[in-house]
Amino acid sequence: MPELYNKEGLKARFDNWEKQLNGEKSSDFHSFRKESFDSYLKVGTPSRKNEEYKYTGLDKVIEKNFTEDDWNRSVEISDQAVKDRIIQDLDAYSIFFINGILNKELSHWDELSKEINLMTVKEAFEANEKDCIENFGKHATPESDPFTAINDSLTNEGIYINIKKGQILSKPVMIYYLNYTEEGGVITHPHNLFVFGENSQGEVIEKFDTIGENHSLSNIVSEIVVNRSAVVKYYKIQSEHNGNVHVGNTQVWQDERSNFTSTTLSFGGMMVRNNLNITLDASHCEANMYGLSLLKDNHHVDHHTTVDHRKPHADSNELYKGVFDDKSTGVFNGKIFVRQDAQKTNAFQSNRNVLLSEDATINTKPQLEIWADDVKCSHGATTGQIDPEQLFYLRSRGMDKQSARALLLYAFAMDIVEHIGNEQVRNYLENLISERLHKNF
Amino acid sequence: MLKIEDLKASIEGKEILKGINLEVKAGEVHAIMGPNGSGKSTLASVLAGRDEYEVTSGSVSYNGEDLLDMDPEERAREGVFLAFQYPVEIPGVSTTNFLKTSINQIREHRGQDPLDAVSFLSRVKEKMKLVEMDQSLLSRALNEGFSGGEKKRNEVFQMAMLEPKLKILDETDSGLDIDALRIVANGVNKLRNEDNATIVVTHYQRLLEYIVPDYVHVLYNGRIVKSGTKDLALELEEKGYDWIKAEAAV
Ligand SMILES: Nc1ncnc2c1ncn2[C@@H]1O[C@H](COP(=O)(O)OP(=O)(O)O)[C@@H](O)[C@H]1O
Ligand SMILES: [Mg+2]
Repeated sequence: MPELYNKEGLKARFDNWEKQLNGEKSSDFHSFRKESFDSYLKVGTPSRKNEEYKYTGLDKVIEKNFTEDDWNRSVEISDQAVKDRIIQDLDAYSIFFINGILNKELSHWDELSKEINLMTVKEAFEANEKDCIENFGKHATPESDPFTAINDSLTNEGIYINIKKGQILSKPVMIYYLNYTEEGGVITHPHNLFVFGENSQGEVIEKFDTIGENHSLSNIVSEIVVNRSAVVKYYKIQSEHNGNVHVGNTQVWQDERSNFTSTTLSFGGMMVRNNLNITLDASHCEANMYGLSLLKDNHHVDHHTTVDHRKPHADSNELYKGVFDDKSTGVFNGKIFVRQDAQKTNAFQSNRNVLLSEDATINTKPQLEIWADDVKCSHGATTGQIDPEQLFYLRSRGMDKQSARALLLYAFAMDIVEHIGNEQVRNYLENLISERLHKNF
Repeated sequence: MLKIEDLKASIEGKEILKGINLEVKAGEVHAIMGPNGSGKSTLASVLAGRDEYEVTSGSVSYNGEDLLDMDPEERAREGVFLAFQYPVEIPGVSTTNFLKTSINQIREHRGQDPLDAVSFLSRVKEKMKLVEMDQSLLSRALNEGFSGGEKKRNEVFQMAMLEPKLKILDETDSGLDIDALRIVANGVNKLRNEDNATIVVTHYQRLLEYIVPDYVHVLYNGRIVKSGTKDLALELEEKGYDWIKAEAAV
């Protein structure tokens, strides 16, 4: 019996799907998918034997929790479910994916189209959009990661956003991915491309929610091209849901004097893997990577980041923090490559964790590969408990233990949240985290 | 107000307090002096409820209740306040930030309504003046990058804010220059009244010129080996601790 998410299962699915494609089969877009699939077949779905997925056995989790029926789940969703997941006070251009399918009606599609070049990826391929064709799948290549290869092979949905040279986005682009699982599991493979033109500026927020009893699998890819002197802020917010399996690949390419800041906030999931890869392909650019995991129960979140310094005089700065309660597990793997050409690189990395229970675990591994000699690089990782001295101090001021713990953890988390420039997003997260800390741990 | 009887406490199996007896009444100021390592901070910590210390025998009654049976926050809500010898740094948490929660939890315990933002702030302003403290300190992360003197002023400021009944000041004078010492002592004196009591831990007589004690006790090697009036402090200043040690050895 072919299984769901391995070579045999995906081959059967892919072949069967191709038969129904008719005209689209001969499109450039499908050629890309087909090539990607050939590439995937060479490696297959990684198991824990793969060093990169040592702690995160997605293959087993997917096989165990999903069925064939989950591929084509209907996209009905109640208005209330949508309302409950949006960030109320945020003035943004919203884009909605419901069960992996773009919903233009719910989205501010026309409004955003007036401001920038906005299309679905397929529309962009059909229209021969140069920037799209030159970049789509060129950063998140099938070879970069087996799950990216699967996404590249199966993706049928995605948006293409192009912000012109010198343009400043008047509002953030807020993308909601709502997986509605009341009627059964959901499997999705969206793949987006954001191209920020020279000297442009903007914010992109991706928020993931699973609503309903059943499981959802999101294998998502976002490619972000940051051209000369562009300034981009990118936030990824993953809400807690114990049926959520998420594999995200965010692939960023930066040109000269550009500035990119990413903040990833993970509040839980059955198994979450975030790959964030940044290529600094020119001088005088800067990349900042922040991340926060706040986990409990059996949740598992794995952050793998790579920053590839290819040219001299560029800076990268990374801070990931985690708070782990119950039997939750965190993984942090931070790779820094400094190529021989990349003299005068400054690269800093730090990973700090608090374990609240004896059964919680964190696996942290910095991986620095430096071929240039004149560089400043540092990394550090700490794992500890809540400081008993600090706790005692606050209690000796009349504060109960739970409030004191919540306050200390809140301060720990704010170290990440304070880097979020968007006030509404920051307020939203402050409230979410505060509520969560007072409720649980 | 406070009655300590035959209090023994140890840490990691090592006995530090070896039978303390002390009675403090409302309105009084007691000074506890003694050489380094004699157990002064241990006594203060045990009274505040630090749980690393194991109380092996004895009792502490506070306003008729068993103090040792209370959690640290309960003691604080009942009016016990410790100004720490070494106040801890808390990154990301400012004084105003945690005091607001503290005060309102204390008020709730006492059956009072919570302070709103305006009354809280006006109280902050008033108490800041008492220790001549800069407002900017209050919104900075607690004790992070504070000078020794700023840390101590902040402790006394918090004491003023929480209006405790039993105030324990552990070496609040150390690290203060003479001007700061005068300011802090003045602040402490202004908080004195007939209903509250103060225990001043110090190993210098200097502070006691400003905060004049009713009683002076010498703690040595886990025991109160001598008690007297403020003259005892002067005698210690003059003769040092050696004669006490010699006397205790007999
Ligand atoms: N956490 C601790 N672990 C082990 N020993 C301690 C600890 N705290 C204090 N002590 C010991 O207890 C004794 C008394 O210390 P302390 O109460 O700080 O004295 P004082 O405040 O009078 O200088 C000292 O010998 C000190 O080394
Ligand atoms: Mg001491």
